[in-house]
Amino acid sequence: MQAADFQFLSALIKERSGIALSSDKTYLLENRLGPLAAQRRLNDIAGLVARMKSVRDEQLIRDVVEAMTTNESLFFRDGKPFELLRTAILPRIVAARPKERPLRIWSAACSSGQEAYSIAITLLEEEALLAGRPVEIVATDIATSMLIKAKAGVYSQFEVQRGLPIRLLLKYFTQKGTNWEIAPRLRSMVSFRQHNMLGECAGLGRFDIVFCRNVLIYFDEPTKKGVIERIAQVLAPDGVLLLGAVETIIGLSTRLEIVPGAAGIYRPVGSGPRAAVA
Amino acid sequence: MRTCLIVDDSRVVRTVARRILEELQFASREAGDGQAALAACQEEIPDFVLLDWNMPVMNGLDFLRALRQLPSVRQPIVIFCTTENDINHIQQAIEAGADEYIMKPFASDVLQAKLVQVGLL
Repeated sequence: MQAADFQFLSALIKERSGIALSSDKTYLLENRLGPLAAQRRLNDIAGLVARMKSVRDEQLIRDVVEAMTTNESLFFRDGKPFELLRTAILPRIVAARPKERPLRIWSAACSSGQEAYSIAITLLEEEALLAGRPVEIVATDIATSMLIKAKAGVYSQFEVQRGLPIRLLLKYFTQKGTNWEIAPRLRSMVSFRQHNMLGECAGLGRFDIVFCRNVLIYFDEPTKKGVIERIAQVLAPDGVLLLGAVETIIGLSTRLEIVPGAAGIYRPVGSGPRAAVA
Repeated sequence: MRTCLIVDDSRVVRTVARRILEELQFASREAGDGQAALAACQEEIPDFVLLDWNMPVMNGLDFLRALRQLPSVRQPIVIFCTTENDINHIQQAIEAGADEYIMKPFASDVLQAKLVQVGLL
């Protein structure tokens, strides 16, 4: 790939999605955009770039950006965050709220929906704790194709085996040939919406819990700061933000602080006791 | 070191499973059918059994039912690993006492994830 083509594409992708591509990611662009060029009957990536420069083709731009988003997702990824949700975060938040107040959870950059549905399953498994409290899980992603898949709630055998205990598969899914379809009850708990993490999120409302895991790793530092700032704006004063295992906001935000003893979990500064998720 | 009994009538499957499990620090034994597996468990109970369904002499489900009747101080964790992928088979396995279920074909990270779920890793 020509250096000028890489620069054009990486700048466009950064502007549209925040995803930062260093020059050692040339292979990634080639792997993901090569098939798109072929699909558009363009000779190669140079042809793709030439097309984008000559015609304002918004659909092509969206397709390029979408092809560069990473959609790695699995049920109950890393395990621990969902365990903390069940044992510490939910009991504290439920106890602190009037019973009629809805619990609102955001699964940011939800990809094909496994995280949002894992949250929903965790909540249903703790139904007694919720005691009829209304729940809304908002799951957002930039990619249209991912939102379509997530809304459908149909997963392959390979996908359901990655992280989903067999008892939960039996309890919450129906077999459809070689695929597995999520129960309508779970699907109704999640509302999927298109959202770019670079954009304002105030329109999504206020959240008690935000899952934004393995998202910041794709952004450069100024972009990370912006994303965290916007999340902080929609986080309830006693809410929590969960990041991926390798992510941190240390040095990136003055509004949020790590919850002592709970790696990867953050809360508004000054909102809690010294050592507790609960 | 944790111990594992790999029960499958395919030598190839047993070899592949053994390789994966030894990388995960399991000491493995093998059995080619349910009856041989039951004898192996009566000799020494492993920490877990990776179990195929369709085998000669005694199939995986019959082995599991017999295993759960054994008067033992401890029962092993049993993970089915089979091409029997329909919901009825899975339900039968769980009712008979299986702890987890892997549908073939599967990637090695699935086995590792299941071992984490059942508390063996």
